[in-house]
Amino acid sequence: MIIAEQKPLEEIREMLGDAKKVMVLGCGACVTICFAGGSKEVGILSSQLRIAAKKDGKELEVIEDTIERQCENEFFESVKDKMKEADVVLSIACGVGVQTIAELFPDILVLPGLNTTSFGRPKEPGVFAEYCGGCGDCILDLTGGICPIARCSKSLLNGPCGGSENGMCEVDPKTIQCAWHLIFEKLEKMGRLDQIEKINPPKDWSNSMSGGVRNIVREDLLEVKLES
Amino acid sequence: MAERADLMSTVPDPDPLMEKEPVPGFEPLIVTIACHYCSYAAADLAGSMRLQYPHNIRIIRTPCTGKVDVLYILKAFEEGADGVYVAGCEEGGCHFDIGNLYAKQRIYYAKKLIQQVGLEPERVEMFNIAASAGPRFAEVAALMTERVKRLGPSPINIKRI
Repeated sequence: MIIAEQKPLEEIREMLGDAKKVMVLGCGACVTICFAGGSKEVGILSSQLRIAAKKDGKELEVIEDTIERQCENEFFESVKDKMKEADVVLSIACGVGVQTIAELFPDILVLPGLNTTSFGRPKEPGVFAEYCGGCGDCILDLTGGICPIARCSKSLLNGPCGGSENGMCEVDPKTIQCAWHLIFEKLEKMGRLDQIEKINPPKDWSNSMSGGVRNIVREDLLEVKLES
Repeated sequence: MAERADLMSTVPDPDPLMEKEPVPGFEPLIVTIACHYCSYAAADLAGSMRLQYPHNIRIIRTPCTGKVDVLYILKAFEEGADGVYVAGCEEGGCHFDIGNLYAKQRIYYAKKLIQQVGLEPERVEMFNIAASAGPRFAEVAALMTERVKRLGPSPINIKRI
């Protein structure tokens, strides 16, 4: 899932400026699970905006709604009229949701309420950890199912480095575990330590952020258009 | 964790806020969210004991303080409350085991949320009152009322004075 967190309220209020009617639009997918942009967060953020506006003596109407997923066109059907009524749509979905609105509704001003941070999962209640770097060339088969791209602070392909101490990473020894230490322990447990002796060659980074926009086209799924 | 301890939802003793003078002529409106098994029973007991406590509080009963959501607290402020406090069972004595400990965490979060919109975090508090503690219920109601009288009306409510 995509992990995101809310922008500071001050930044959101600054973005909104003097808008009189704001729609706070939540997303029922990933950002609901990481408690950043679901219907509950729509309620909390809207309430904060109303209180802050009342405190400053400003006039502000906040409309609240949440749709199933902001990354797919179909789900906007039920809210599009409400969206058009607002001066601003504050989307608290990931960056994909914000851009979907910008693309589908060119006349609507859409603003991002979240900072999208990573791909990960809720590791334990209240903890949302990064697990995947989206590098486009998965090597989890070589690393005991632990991703060194996302979970090693230096994204090393061969580790651990000299900054690994007692299983923790030098970047933040209190909170960040050394991914290569984890990989070593896992491979040891599985009796596959010979794997760590292999030197991993440089990865194909052209599938990652540096290789341009990564669109995938599946010809078997394309819309069939009849020529009239 | 250090930051968390500073903002712990127990009122400091002595409370530095009490050194201030109450805002003259201000009668605050305070929402009390009390759990069914302890604090609400304590409120009942306070009544049976004919104890006097300020008329400023409005009690809402919940099955457990673990039911309390930060949104309830924000909504109370949005609708004009000057203070909100949650009263649950004593720690270790929750009917649902740890509902009151969850409530405590959420109160800490609610304090941050109201601080972000420019309200004083002291307007929100968590208390633990056992079912047998009628006098403590009255004491807490008085304590919170005195606190909020010193903080003055909620900034969104200035007109009420």
